[in-house]
Amino acid sequence: MIKANYWIALQSIVYKECNRFLRIWVQTLVPPAITMTLYFVVFGSLIGRRVGEVDGFEYVEFMMPGLIMLSVINNAYSNVSSSFFSAKFQRNIEELLVAPVPTWVIVWGYVLGGVLRAVLVGAIVTAVALFFVDIQIHNFWVIVTTLLLTAILFALGGLINAVYAKTFDDISIVPTFILSPLTYLGGVFFSVSMLPGFWQHVSQANPIIYMVNAFRYGFLGISDINLTVAYSILIGLTLVLFTTATMLIKKGVGIRH
Amino acid sequence: MNALEISQLKKVYKGQVEALKGIDLTVAEGDFFALLGPNGAGKSTTIGILTALVNKTSGQVKVFGHDLDTELELAKSHIGLVPQEFNFNQFETVQQIVVNQAGYYGVERRIAIERSETYLKQTDLWEKRNTPARNLSGGMKRRLMIARAMMHQPKLLILDEPTAGVDIEIRRSMWKFLQEINQSGVTIILTTHYLEEAESLCRNIAIIDKGLIIENTSMKALLSKLSVETFILDLAKDVNELTLTSAKSQLVDAHTLQVEINKGEALNQVFAELSNLGIKVLSMRNKSNRLEELFVNLVEQGKQQESV
Repeated sequence: MIKANYWIALQSIVYKECNRFLRIWVQTLVPPAITMTLYFVVFGSLIGRRVGEVDGFEYVEFMMPGLIMLSVINNAYSNVSSSFFSAKFQRNIEELLVAPVPTWVIVWGYVLGGVLRAVLVGAIVTAVALFFVDIQIHNFWVIVTTLLLTAILFALGGLINAVYAKTFDDISIVPTFILSPLTYLGGVFFSVSMLPGFWQHVSQANPIIYMVNAFRYGFLGISDINLTVAYSILIGLTLVLFTTATMLIKKGVGIRH
Repeated sequence: MNALEISQLKKVYKGQVEALKGIDLTVAEGDFFALLGPNGAGKSTTIGILTALVNKTSGQVKVFGHDLDTELELAKSHIGLVPQEFNFNQFETVQQIVVNQAGYYGVERRIAIERSETYLKQTDLWEKRNTPARNLSGGMKRRLMIARAMMHQPKLLILDEPTAGVDIEIRRSMWKFLQEINQSGVTIILTTHYLEEAESLCRNIAIIDKGLIIENTSMKALLSKLSVETFILDLAKDVNELTLTSAKSQLVDAHTLQVEINKGEALNQVFAELSNLGIKVLSMRNKSNRLEELFVNLVEQGKQQESV
């Protein structure tokens, strides 16, 4: 009986989250489509032709998985950080706190909302990519699992950011000063092998390198890193962030007196 | 069974502010209970702890026998909360807000949608079901929070100043609705600044001040403590000056006389004196702030004891 209630509560949170990002689709779904179209036009078609091949593929083909991953990371993170912070700000997080909903259901509800937006945006960007690239698929399951794990990981990151945030500025600091540099230096636009020796080692500390490369492997069958290492890092970080988010919300950090 | 049992409940906020100093309180099932107190007395902290929005420092709370420490979810499932401040998503529609809230309590979406019609109609919000909450008036927002709190059909409804800022007509209709809810078997705990509201609705009352319960009794017993009762008399013709010898009196305006009668004394002498003066009385009523007088006295007594 209780388990059935948990399931209904989870569905309700996910429904509410999806309803939120679909209601403001001009802010959530249109911008990534426009930005990625510009990336494909400028970097793919115009500059890309002069760049030549990277790891045996045309530059636009090489870049395409990275651009999808870029959108997935940004949207999973920002959906949860803005939605959860807004719920704190308007105090409607109290609707969940007074209800018999366990903390893990609240965490999964928000995370699944972020994942669904990330997947939808990923699909839109893929559709845009079809105008510029003949998409090939090397391993479908690697694509799906990497995309879902990455979306879950960054949705959890956005949730933790929102838990600590006290102002709207606080939810834009991490994406601007940490997430964007890591993503742009995370192998979206280049292969790690193109970096000088020292920087190749430094780049190994950037977790986004592993996600982008694993995802690229799913499409092109090429990767700068070992797939097992990439999955281990993804799963390990996800478990750490899930435990952290659950503990913070259970303790009431930023949401209870 | 008791709807609520609180024993030795304490709350110390950061900075060592002692909001609750060990309160004991019992509310019987089916009661309509008033929790009164001046601002900062500890009412909202108490309600916050009952609804898991505030972590208690120590003490025990049981809701229909379920301890908040060991059976939190079961305890929560019995409570419906109408908070003091608006705490819904201003961009969601009225129906989305109530249906989602029911979902958090495990009510299936199909049933929640059916149920939303009942409660939104009872609160006169059905016509506004597709309106975003931010477009509602203050009174409508208050009613929305009552409808939302009822969606999972709680056994204990807690209302923290539900009629604050609501005009008299809507307040009266909300009182009627709350009385109907109580008559259907739901226990209600109410905090309010309108003491007339507590007097009209509640059967039992606790007064909290500076984190302590200073009075906990039935409304009837509390009102019987009044040593003086004040009556308002509407006079048939305008009077410029009038001082009664039979009772303490004050002319409020040219045709309204306020008379204070000590408990146990008859009103006959007052009427006899007025008849002798040739003044007709058209109507008479109790001054409605009887509870207010008691409340102020109790809080003042507490202050005096503290200063001693």
